[in-house]
Amino acid sequence: MSVTYIDAIHQAMAELLAEDEKVFLYGEDIAGKFGGAFKATKGLAEQFPGRVLNAPIAEDAIMGVAIGAALAGMKPIVEMQFADFGTLAQNQLGNNAAAHYYRTGIPVNVTLRMPCGGTPGGGPYHSQSVEALFAHYPGAHVLCPATVADAYYMLKQAVQIPDPVVFMEHKFLYRWLKADTWLEKDPLPIGRARIARPGRHATVVAYSAMVPETLKAADELAATSGYSLEVVDLRSVKPLDTDTILASVARTGRLLVVSEDFPWGGVAAEVIARVTGQGYHLLDAPPLRVTSKDTPIPYHPDLWKAHRPHSGHIVEAARYLMSL
Amino acid sequence: MEMARAFDTKLSALYKAGKIYGGVFTGRGHEAIAACEGVYLRKGHDVYTPFIREQAGRCAWGDSVLESARSYFGSALGLMRGREGNVHWGNPREGTLAPISHLGAMIPVVAGMLMAKRMQGEKDFVGVVCIGDGTTSVGATHEGCNLIAVEKLPAVIVVTNNQYAYSTPNHQEFACKSLCDRGVGYGMTTHECDGTDFLQTLEVMGRAIAAARAGEGPQWVVAKTLRMCGHGEHDDASYIPQELKDRFADRDPLAVARRQVQEQGWLTADEIAAIQAECADEVQRAVAQAQKEPTPNPATEDWSATSWKPTRY
Repeated sequence: MSVTYIDAIHQAMAELLAEDEKVFLYGEDIAGKFGGAFKATKGLAEQFPGRVLNAPIAEDAIMGVAIGAALAGMKPIVEMQFADFGTLAQNQLGNNAAAHYYRTGIPVNVTLRMPCGGTPGGGPYHSQSVEALFAHYPGAHVLCPATVADAYYMLKQAVQIPDPVVFMEHKFLYRWLKADTWLEKDPLPIGRARIARPGRHATVVAYSAMVPETLKAADELAATSGYSLEVVDLRSVKPLDTDTILASVARTGRLLVVSEDFPWGGVAAEVIARVTGQGYHLLDAPPLRVTSKDTPIPYHPDLWKAHRPHSGHIVEAARYLMSL
Repeated sequence: MEMARAFDTKLSALYKAGKIYGGVFTGRGHEAIAACEGVYLRKGHDVYTPFIREQAGRCAWGDSVLESARSYFGSALGLMRGREGNVHWGNPREGTLAPISHLGAMIPVVAGMLMAKRMQGEKDFVGVVCIGDGTTSVGATHEGCNLIAVEKLPAVIVVTNNQYAYSTPNHQEFACKSLCDRGVGYGMTTHECDGTDFLQTLEVMGRAIAAARAGEGPQWVVAKTLRMCGHGEHDDASYIPQELKDRFADRDPLAVARRQVQEQGWLTADEIAAIQAECADEVQRAVAQAQKEPTPNPATEDWSATSWKPTRY
């Protein structure tokens, strides 16, 4: 029997609710029989009465409620219906929740789950990757799981972290990404990147749904050219595990960073800035990045496929990187 | 109220002497409203969200002016340790929140605290949120108030209409006849009072807070006054017409309250004078102490914005 990425998220929430009475779920359309736009909370309202609560359509207020509840000792897990609408909660997350520990010495234990990333036909406002916007503010951690096991363990770990944690769940991975189990023998702690595939000729750093795309690209390149790519799955974009990236670049001498987000001021730019700053001497070629285009995300699947990085773009960029 | 006025007067002088970093925001004209909120609340049990002009409320709630002075001077011994300043301090563990500058943002935070108290089985608690006429225009206020009403929370929204949001008069801020209409729209019980009339404000605020505490749902109180100062001490409020200032000249809430408590036989003129002297002394001591205390040290500052850090190998 196989389980999916969204099964892992559902299971993590069910266990968190069972293990800790301070945990409750709050968001739009998550309660009742409906169980959320993506059904991540299906059945949980019946299983945990009074602890899975529907909110009005008010993203700013939803995040504000979570902050207040956390200050009163609870551990709220908030679901934004789509990460795109998370921008409406950005003031509360960035200026209030994330700033609170530095200002007052009291951390705000909220977990903000945001279904992010593109799916065919999603269009400009149901497809965005907003991790860089949220990572920008000091005081929050931003997680981008790319495997079924990470979706399970990182959500469980997120709630144990006393600070605000933004948990970016990729909508495409929800039902597409499958594994035999969400359990792992030795799960990594948050803050550690993972070598998803060892390789010798170039380091490709990716996160979220770009990890399976990059693994596919690495297979294609190996089959057609013999080049072997080392794929680093960031897992969390903040904290950013610069050590693992630098160690990989030291082995390969080349760096490509892949992100589904827009190019400007994104995670890819941050990774490249750190590697060039701390490991310039390790590089045999200029570091490159593959990101989505600098336009809003288009609706038509043909436009969308050209806008969003896929394995073909990654293979092409890797070949160019090897030519430098 | 006397303590807040004494503190504000001292702060204003310190600002003009260049002794304060950043702005100074006083509550002249707001003292009756703020004090009448704080006096009905129980520190450590209720939730209180004072903001820019609620020093009298903080005093009535039971916080010392020393902590406010520490906030202004950035004392390393203060709750905010120089990381946050002026009116932005709070003590969430006792029920006061440290407000952010974005208007309306604290309304849902109070809602969350009240929801948590309800989940935790606490009883007889209430939350008071202070906002102004300007705050009623911002989107966060609408989201927060609607949510409070939907959840039927024991909250009191106190809207102090001091007629000017910084320099913007009421007619450029909202077009409804009365700000009470907003409360009606949210489905809250509404109350209105003359915020310069101490006895009336005491009675109305008492009724509203008691109703919320008794489980009658959220209450919306509009208290009218005039901001009898600038937005901050940097602002001479020259945009407020002189005739309006004149109309409120004999309605200073402090003067009204002093008269009313004597008429009620609660205090004599001598007793009031003694309270004023006591307040002046306490303000003097608090300011002197806060100025003497160590300031934060950038070299030893923990420049970490999170309490949790990843393990390094």
